[in-house]
Amino acid sequence: MKHWGAFASILAKDMRTYYLKPPNVSWGLVFPLAWTGMFFVRSGANPSELRSLLPGVMTLAVLFGTTSLLAVAITFEKKSRSFERLLLAPVPLSLLMFAKTAGAILFGVLNAFVPVLLAAFFINLSGTNWPALLAGVILTAVSSAFLGLLVAVSVAEVFEAQTISNFFRFPMVFLCGLFFPLERLPAWLRPLSYALPPTYGADIMHQAIGRPGFLPLWLELLILIAFCLVLFVASLRTINRRWIA
Amino acid sequence: MLDAPAAVLTRGLVKRFGEVLAVDGLDLEVRAGELFGLLGPNGAGKTTTINLLTGLARPDRGEFSIAGLDCTRRPRSAQHLIGVVPDESNLYPELTGFDNLSFCASLHGIPRRERAARATKLLSEFGLAEAAGRKFAGYSKGMKRKLTIAAGIIHHPSVLFLDEPTTGIDVQSARHIRQLIADLHRAGTSILLTTHYIEEAERLCGRVAFIVSGRIVRTDTVAALLEPVRERQLLELTVSTNPGAAIELLSRAFGEARFTAVDDSRIRAESSAPLPVGPLVRALEEQGIEVIEARRVRPTLEEVFVATTGLEATALRTEKEKK
Ligand SMILES: Nc1ncnc2c1ncn2[C@@H]1O[C@H](COP(=O)(O)OP(=O)(O)O)[C@@H](O)[C@H]1O
Ligand SMILES: [Mg+2]
Repeated sequence: MKHWGAFASILAKDMRTYYLKPPNVSWGLVFPLAWTGMFFVRSGANPSELRSLLPGVMTLAVLFGTTSLLAVAITFEKKSRSFERLLLAPVPLSLLMFAKTAGAILFGVLNAFVPVLLAAFFINLSGTNWPALLAGVILTAVSSAFLGLLVAVSVAEVFEAQTISNFFRFPMVFLCGLFFPLERLPAWLRPLSYALPPTYGADIMHQAIGRPGFLPLWLELLILIAFCLVLFVASLRTINRRWIA
Repeated sequence: MLDAPAAVLTRGLVKRFGEVLAVDGLDLEVRAGELFGLLGPNGAGKTTTINLLTGLARPDRGEFSIAGLDCTRRPRSAQHLIGVVPDESNLYPELTGFDNLSFCASLHGIPRRERAARATKLLSEFGLAEAAGRKFAGYSKGMKRKLTIAAGIIHHPSVLFLDEPTTGIDVQSARHIRQLIADLHRAGTSILLTTHYIEEAERLCGRVAFIVSGRIVRTDTVAALLEPVRERQLLELTVSTNPGAAIELLSRAFGEARFTAVDDSRIRAESSAPLPVGPLVRALEEQGIEVIEARRVRPTLEEVFVATTGLEATALRTEKEKK
């Protein structure tokens, strides 16, 4: 691959300057931990409850892990003009943007397995469909990173990107079936749930640990892949229109 | 070299920002191997021109090519051939000088081992070897500009764009940078340099274009531009009194010359005929006006610029306000 060096160095630089900075790492770890702890306590430390909480906590960890730093890694670099360096490089725009999101995706995936690791001390995870779980985590990470990307390239200021991200992130916790099934949502809210990628990601993870899902696994994987493609293409078009104006 | 395609060729390039016509039908040719200067005051459209040529902005109209590659439809198609040094340093403050260079090299597909070798070599050539391991954020302005230039040439571009490379930095760094630019040109790089310093354009460039309000008003070699003023005799006199009276007196005595006040003690004398110092000074001193200093001034591009563009030379000296 001709541009592998560029891709690897953008990823390595972002990991070093943003994701693996001690405060960010700890934030990425603490957040999922706190949620796990909270729900664990609420469930009366019942191991079977813990099992049902796991997919929601993992999705949450991915969601926050991927979107928390993209606004900085992209919007801030655009504003400080260092992003121009990337635009001036002889590397296709699509690869550049993928490299810029790769750090977020990797960070999100790593975050997702923190609660899994902890849960493994309390509950028996044998019987888990690991390939499905991994696919669910990765696709959730990619789709939410691309959603963060679309937000980051559509605004001019870092704070705008963060505000809009929160506008998406917090409702997602309730709308995407993370901690209670979608059937419990009012019917008029459900179409919104089906329009949000984490709904499918969380459901894939539920199925992967042997709980019932609302759609076949393969269909949910396809839907997430479609989300990723649409979000990425929309981001590229936005950059082309707004940044190379 | 003669048959090599032009490093930069534009035809009728237009770029509008709302009401502002930043670039207005720009025709430009930078020949292969040439050090070409785009000279104009702030807001003339120099940076916009560079952004258009380097794929950071899209022209509304017009065509352009870089090193023979047509970039009109695909503005990023010459990206592998060009190096760009923006008017403000845009390197990563968090990274060291070395890591910044190495990162930029990687964007251009230079293998890892080669990156380190090139970065080390450039750091020492640019006098930054000592600062190689320090974060860019802590560099002085002059050091930042030098590293930004180094980052722009680490992949050995054949066409280099330099946007006001010496604006806003200390005199010594500026001199060093001009030296480095001359060296790059000697090594065969085609360079498009923008500047609002007349002396810089005159000293460095082979050909110069005057740009005003997004249009090129004149393009020629420095020598040809200076030709009409070369024979011009210029003299600068510093007097002890108000120059007004002295100018009146001199104008009466030396009708063929033109006298103007430079400031409240200096007079500039201009003539196409020989202008001997002795008689001028004597004429003044006979009337009790003391001449503190009299010196010949070499005509510069400034005279040509003022005559061609109708702008005062001070337009060029106004530094851009910091945002
Ligand atoms: N992104 C932009 N949006 C609006 N106006 C702009 C933009 N960039 C440049 N301009 C305007 O275009 C003109 C040319 O600017 P510029 O190319 O930066 O000039 P120079 O580099 O010669 O100082 C100026 O009037 C400037 O205000
Ligand atoms: Mg400028």
